[in-house]
Amino acid sequence: MAAQPIDFEKPILEMETKIEELQQVSRAQGVDLTAEVKRLQKKAKRLRRDIFAKLNRWEQTLLARHPERPYAEDYIKLMMTDFVELHGDRLFGDDHAVIGGLARFEGKPVVVIGQQKGRSTKQKIYRNFGMPHPEGYRKALRLMKMAEKFNRPVITFIDTPGAYPGLGAEERGQAEAIARNLKEMATLTVPLISVVIGEGGSGGALGLGVGNRVLMLQYSVYSVIMPEGCASILYRDSGLAAQAAESLKLAAKDLKEYELIDEIVKEPPGGAHRNHQMAASILRRVIRRHLAELICFSPQELIKQREQKFRNFGQYMET
Amino acid sequence: MSWFQKIKGPLARVGDKKVRIPEGLWIKCEGCKEIVYKKEVERRSNVCPKCNYHFRISARERIAQLMDQGTFEEMDSGLAALDPLNFNDSMRYPDRIKAAMKKTGLKEAVICGQGELEGVPLELCVFEFDFMGGSMASVVGEKVTRAIERSLEKTRSLVIVHCSGGARMQEGMFSLMQMAKTSAALARLSKAGVPYVSVLTNPTTGGVTASIAMLGDVIMAEPGALIGFAGPRVIEQTIRQSLPEGFQRTEFLLEHGMLDMVVERKNMKNTICQVLQMLA
Repeated sequence: MAAQPIDFEKPILEMETKIEELQQVSRAQGVDLTAEVKRLQKKAKRLRRDIFAKLNRWEQTLLARHPERPYAEDYIKLMMTDFVELHGDRLFGDDHAVIGGLARFEGKPVVVIGQQKGRSTKQKIYRNFGMPHPEGYRKALRLMKMAEKFNRPVITFIDTPGAYPGLGAEERGQAEAIARNLKEMATLTVPLISVVIGEGGSGGALGLGVGNRVLMLQYSVYSVIMPEGCASILYRDSGLAAQAAESLKLAAKDLKEYELIDEIVKEPPGGAHRNHQMAASILRRVIRRHLAELICFSPQELIKQREQKFRNFGQYMET
Repeated sequence: MSWFQKIKGPLARVGDKKVRIPEGLWIKCEGCKEIVYKKEVERRSNVCPKCNYHFRISARERIAQLMDQGTFEEMDSGLAALDPLNFNDSMRYPDRIKAAMKKTGLKEAVICGQGELEGVPLELCVFEFDFMGGSMASVVGEKVTRAIERSLEKTRSLVIVHCSGGARMQEGMFSLMQMAKTSAALARLSKAGVPYVSVLTNPTTGGVTASIAMLGDVIMAEPGALIGFAGPRVIEQTIRQSLPEGFQRTEFLLEHGMLDMVVERKNMKNTICQVLQMLA
């Protein structure tokens, strides 16, 4: 599955290949190399732990963008059943960068919405690299309103470099679409859980992210501006993105520390892309726990909890 | 000894005779590039007499133009920024704040308060572009939210005059979350049926447009203002072609159904008054 490894992944992958080779040799020639294999496996585990413990924020951004990382569709397939995709915003078109519909989570119907990236070049273009147009946000809102009508919880998966900055998007009111979502999500009468599964790109991410619970996967990022954009404004050089990533404090760990998110969801060793199944099963358990709590809230309590949570964000001094 | 003698001294240099014009009497219009008499511009509330270009004005000046004299009472002026991210930049964030304070005489990029407009009591927030591009971070978000809450509590109309580049990078995700915070407060105001007039001036872009600015019951904009989500440079880089004339300008937005009306500065006070009297 490691099609395009990131630089810091290479030593781990090399060691894993070596272990595999040894096992093959041992099988083919009937030599007992169990002890050696075990020693190497232990070493590989330690190496991975050391590397992942020291990841800087830029490396984490690269992990969040890893092309083999599970996308919204993967999570829906792995942790939900009976997914019925619903299309279109009923106003202009159907945005392929946002998928959504009905599904069963732990047997109970929910509305699920997510930003969707593509893996192959063709798919990437089809999904517009996960950058929604206004239609995407309006489709999402339409589905949330449907959830409200039929009293179903909403789960959103956030994974976008940002809302698409293009001619058509501006003409059709990208800003208005996002603004309206922020306002409408705030007063939604059903439980809303938002999970940043990869990239949380600024307003484009927030447009699906005003949840009663906002969760982030361990190696996901969430930022007011993507590091490249920040670097080109601040240092006039987008090549200094790594430096900008450090400044922006965009890692899940940072946001938890600032209490801007509710929980960090652990990823499998080496990142979610190494084991989709496991990543989904960990996330499923976390969502189940939060949903069980939120189900007990009345619509009024849900709105109040959401409002108060976002009301408290901000650090300032008062004299 | 030379053949010819210089009988006259050197010619007086031209510069010496130059008529001195007092500094700043004339200014160049950014719209039509004509040289216009500054006093004339000022008399027309900082609008070019030749091409109707609306010069940017300070938040203080805007308040003076909109509020009845002596009625404006500023609130929450003591709120000031911290550096929650310890932001690493060529200039430290606290130093940038200090420089902006010195430049504008304000503590942050928005002035909020209450006052009367043609006798109509209201809550007013005005963005100051000269303070770090009118960017929204913790303090701006908090001040605007408090103004919305006062508006809700006293059932008094809300007017916000926007002039902002968007969310402020230096406070990272704290800035982004202000979009949700202010929008959630506006949702409550909306449910309570209190009118909110959003006024867009040059420029209104990014996170501010994608939250409070586009959520007005009535949205007005000054002529020729740049209004959009992404900045024109970002769009050009993304689509790799130059943008059509007038793209993301007030008139373009009106044409695409994003605004209620274009209002010239000299009519702004009257128009807001008219709308509020019928809504409030």
